[in-house]
Amino acid sequence: MEKDDKQRIMLEKVLKEHNYQESALLEILHRAQEIYGYLDKDLMMDISGSLNLPPSHVYGVVTFYSFFKLRKSGEHVVTGCLGTACYVRGVEQIMEAIEQEFKLKRGGSTADGKLSLLLTRCIGACAMAPNIVVDDEVIGKATKEVVTQKIREVLGGVKAET
Amino acid sequence: MSVNIIKLKIDGVEVTVPEGTAILKAAKDSGIIIPTLCNLEGLTAYGGCRLCLVEVSGTPKLFPACSTPVGPNMEITTQSDKLKEYRKMAVQMLLAERTHICSVCVADDHCELQAMANQLGVDHVMFERNWSQDEIDSTHDFLVIDRNRCILCTRCIRVCDQIEGVHTLDLKLRGKDSQVIMDLDEHWGNSCSCTSCRKCAKVCPVGAIYIEGEPIEHTKKRDIAEFIVERRNRR
Repeated sequence: MEKDDKQRIMLEKVLKEHNYQESALLEILHRAQEIYGYLDKDLMMDISGSLNLPPSHVYGVVTFYSFFKLRKSGEHVVTGCLGTACYVRGVEQIMEAIEQEFKLKRGGSTADGKLSLLLTRCIGACAMAPNIVVDDEVIGKATKEVVTQKIREVLGGVKAET
Repeated sequence: MSVNIIKLKIDGVEVTVPEGTAILKAAKDSGIIIPTLCNLEGLTAYGGCRLCLVEVSGTPKLFPACSTPVGPNMEITTQSDKLKEYRKMAVQMLLAERTHICSVCVADDHCELQAMANQLGVDHVMFERNWSQDEIDSTHDFLVIDRNRCILCTRCIRVCDQIEGVHTLDLKLRGKDSQVIMDLDEHWGNSCSCTSCRKCAKVCPVGAIYIEGEPIEHTKKRDIAEFIVERRNRR
């Protein structure tokens, strides 16, 4: 409860910063996702009320951009880049390896909520293709061995022996 | 206040209209009918169906007549073999995108998509069909939406926003995944803002939104937006 209040105060601050202007919707959604981690229906209703925008409009904007998440993602997030360069350089095989090893599907999370696997269009690091992002850390020229090892590490499993 | 008057040619006919007029309107005022599906008089232009594409001399690009303003000395062609091919293709893509089967559609014989296909002589769909299988939402007391028949013209969304002033409806997602939604993608029966005014059903060009148990010819009243706007402007 206390945590919720704190998040609401932070959101209120963001709304005030933007003077409750409807044109700031995208920026506010960005910040709201930073604060809450994802955008659920209560939150979208809250924002639509604060900005005097129709709920359906807010929902339309949120679902238009793949950046926004409607559901809570796992503790750790792995994002595969599906840009052309990464695709050509075999990001698909890496994604399949992750799906198999950690038993989850792209777009979803593991049953224990520890790990989510997401997709994104180009992250703008094509020279390093294929790219996989593990918890905000970009792994360029990725191989499935390096990536799965890294994921095991962040999940707190076997540390890489050096 | 003076409005600049612009001279242009549409299909060889000289036309004079105020600056800023859309090509579609300029053509209509001089009796030239350009085919449309998403456009509806009284609502803002959307430019989604691509049926009103016209040729403008001096550029190989095609322009949507509904949302392109006239320019001085423009020479516009609204009918040509090339345009007809493009229009036929646009209709076929609409037919292929979802599950359009006229014989089991409530709007059979009162459907603008069907009429357009007939008018353009579309006798086959050369694209692979998607055969969408979306759930039909009949949770509202009498309004039903079958998204398999939707052509995403957004008339319902625009009439809800601009005429009824509620904006219950909007689009979610994008591209082929786009869908018309109510509020935060609720079932229609749970909508917190829908006033059940029926305008969406009245203006729907196809059989996607209809009223349960009511003959479609009773429901459809596609000039409702134009009528209301005209009265509003007179006030």
